[in-house]
Amino acid sequence: MAAAIDTILQGVLLGGLYALFATGLSLSFGIMRMVNVAHGDLIILASYLAWVTVATLGMNAFAAALVVVPAMTVVGYGLQRYVLNPVLSDDPLPPLLVTFGLSVIIQNLLLEGFSADARGIDAGVIETASLALGGDLAVGWLPLLVFASAVAVIAGLELLLSRTPLGRAFRATSDDQTVAQLMGIDNRHLYAVAMALACAVTGIAGIYLAIRTTFGPMMGPSQLLFAFEAVIIGGMGSLWGTLAGGVLLGVSQSIGFRLDPGWGILTGHLAFLAVLVMRPQGLFARTRDA
Amino acid sequence: MTNSRMRGDNDMGEGMARKMIGRRMSRREFAKAGAGAALAAVTAAAWRPAIAAPRTIKIGYVTPRTGPLAAFAEADVFVITEIRKHFAKGIRVGATSHPLEIIVKDSQSNPNRAADVAADLIVKDKVDLMLVASTPETTNPVSDQCELNEVPCISTVAPWQPWFFTRGGKPETGFNWTYHFFWGLEDIIGVFADMWNSVATNKVVAGLWPNDGDGNAWGDAKIGFPPVLAKNGYRVIDPGRYQNLTNDYSAQIAAYKRGEAEILTGVPIPPDFTTFWNQGMQQGFRPKVATVGKALLFPVAVEALGDTGNGVSSEVWWTPNHPFSSSLTKQSAMDLSQAYEAALGKQWTQPIGFAHALFEVAADVLGRTQDLKREAIRDSLAATKINSIVGPIAWGAGPVKNVSKTPLVGGQWRRGGKHKYELAVVSNNAAPGIPTQGRLEPIEYKS
Repeated sequence: MAAAIDTILQGVLLGGLYALFATGLSLSFGIMRMVNVAHGDLIILASYLAWVTVATLGMNAFAAALVVVPAMTVVGYGLQRYVLNPVLSDDPLPPLLVTFGLSVIIQNLLLEGFSADARGIDAGVIETASLALGGDLAVGWLPLLVFASAVAVIAGLELLLSRTPLGRAFRATSDDQTVAQLMGIDNRHLYAVAMALACAVTGIAGIYLAIRTTFGPMMGPSQLLFAFEAVIIGGMGSLWGTLAGGVLLGVSQSIGFRLDPGWGILTGHLAFLAVLVMRPQGLFARTRDA
Repeated sequence: MTNSRMRGDNDMGEGMARKMIGRRMSRREFAKAGAGAALAAVTAAAWRPAIAAPRTIKIGYVTPRTGPLAAFAEADVFVITEIRKHFAKGIRVGATSHPLEIIVKDSQSNPNRAADVAADLIVKDKVDLMLVASTPETTNPVSDQCELNEVPCISTVAPWQPWFFTRGGKPETGFNWTYHFFWGLEDIIGVFADMWNSVATNKVVAGLWPNDGDGNAWGDAKIGFPPVLAKNGYRVIDPGRYQNLTNDYSAQIAAYKRGEAEILTGVPIPPDFTTFWNQGMQQGFRPKVATVGKALLFPVAVEALGDTGNGVSSEVWWTPNHPFSSSLTKQSAMDLSQAYEAALGKQWTQPIGFAHALFEVAADVLGRTQDLKREAIRDSLAATKINSIVGPIAWGAGPVKNVSKTPLVGGQWRRGGKHKYELAVVSNNAAPGIPTQGRLEPIEYKS
């Protein structure tokens, strides 16, 4: 019994990590209808920013967010406004290719700048501290914190999307950008703001990644796949859906890992395929396709 | 060689043509002149090696300069710069000094790309000798290309079994063109087992072996760790192979805890080990010994573990304390690593010695070759016998004819003075000539 609880618990926490990785992707996917292939590399970029902040300013790993998140916000705004907007059109291919190129560029610039050494941020005892739940059960504080951050970030973004004029503009553009433009919405600025938000979340994800493992310039693409699956499972435009997607993916992997460590990734993909077959639009899809 | 001989023939031809224009030639005279010309050409060809005209000798070097394996190639720039400086005036082959060109190609840590650039080096650049290093993902495709195209090739920094058997090598026949120096699985198993002897444990070993070339070989039920450990009285807990860059190791941790494992071993990639280690701490898995290959080779990877990196252990192929010196520059291992630290401002890493040794062997092979034909270079390569900065290298005495084994010892990372962690050699059972700095000590946990 304890083993079963442990499996589910660790799976849910893993899902929180995937959701945090996926939130930025979900935003750009839901609002711009754009697949950002460089998303994983942006996370790694944020990890390096965090590493530099901690190394040069001697800040606490979590305090580094004060530097990393605003910096990533600026990166996101500039990226969308000056690089991605010009290639956005009805054709999904050009932005896909541009972000693909961006992914290669970011990887190689990081390699040039930081070498291939594996880096990590030392956040002190929180990395290894855990909360005993009785019996043989224990959960780490760090995974709990990651999960809580994912929930908080998504709750915040959902509030923004549903309660504010900016959110209304986002939803309007997502549904029909031509009509939204006719209503006086400046698409270019709005998209840039959306990407800025997405990159801000990426900043948080990058800090957690840097704390929980070591990272190198080439690790970005491996982060992309699960994030992408979480978004698709959850459904386009729904951030809570992305969280649910992450958790579903995390739990299926966790169950697979218990059966055999080689099966976890496979059971995750199977769960993803099952959702695609049964609900191609995702579990909680909110956007309309024209 | 071929080119210069053809030029000689042309000279003869022109000379004859001039004679014929000067006056009419009888048939007999023509035949005589022809025979003389042929004789002259033959004698000239026979004499030419002694007065060989200098021509550029090309060495190709394939290495994972970028990509996930790039940490292995970190020392390359330093080593190649030094080697180019050393051979700035040319390299001696017999009595002649030839200009040396080293062409470096990046495999991008991708086996297919490694094969492509190797083919380029062979076909386009026409290299005389190929060098390749760093993991089977790089050494194997390049060695295969060389074997196929009949170019002599020297490889290193990959355990010999994955290099030899994975390429379809048969111990009776071996390969004709490709030669390798490094240690093998039998060495690393011996070193790990010897290290663990000095710590009192319950002899239960947790195996963390991924589903990749190394993981499958190390965890193999026939040639890997499990059978040897079982014979030595260890019990192995092996939950099975996992994918690289897995984000969750709760399943393995639960299995290790259930089996009460006190020793951790495996060959994960660095980011995976960090994820595993932190999760293990969170979930209460605290082994007395953690001896792990690959992930703990490089000081930055251990530093990234923070304070919990103190006391983890790893295999050691080379350290500044190894009692060897370079046959080229006469630097000792200590001199070379200090030159590296001074030039780059970084802590030394193990590949420095092996990258240097590759060029030591190359220079020695070219120095002894009869001429610059590929066959001659290959024959010279097979007859190599030198004392390099990584120890003696000679083919013929190894487990198979194409493999020469270099010594392997075991090391433990300990909090150091100059650098955050220093690698102390704690087992030299297999290579008693290499000094140790103590025995393996159990990892101490704070709480």
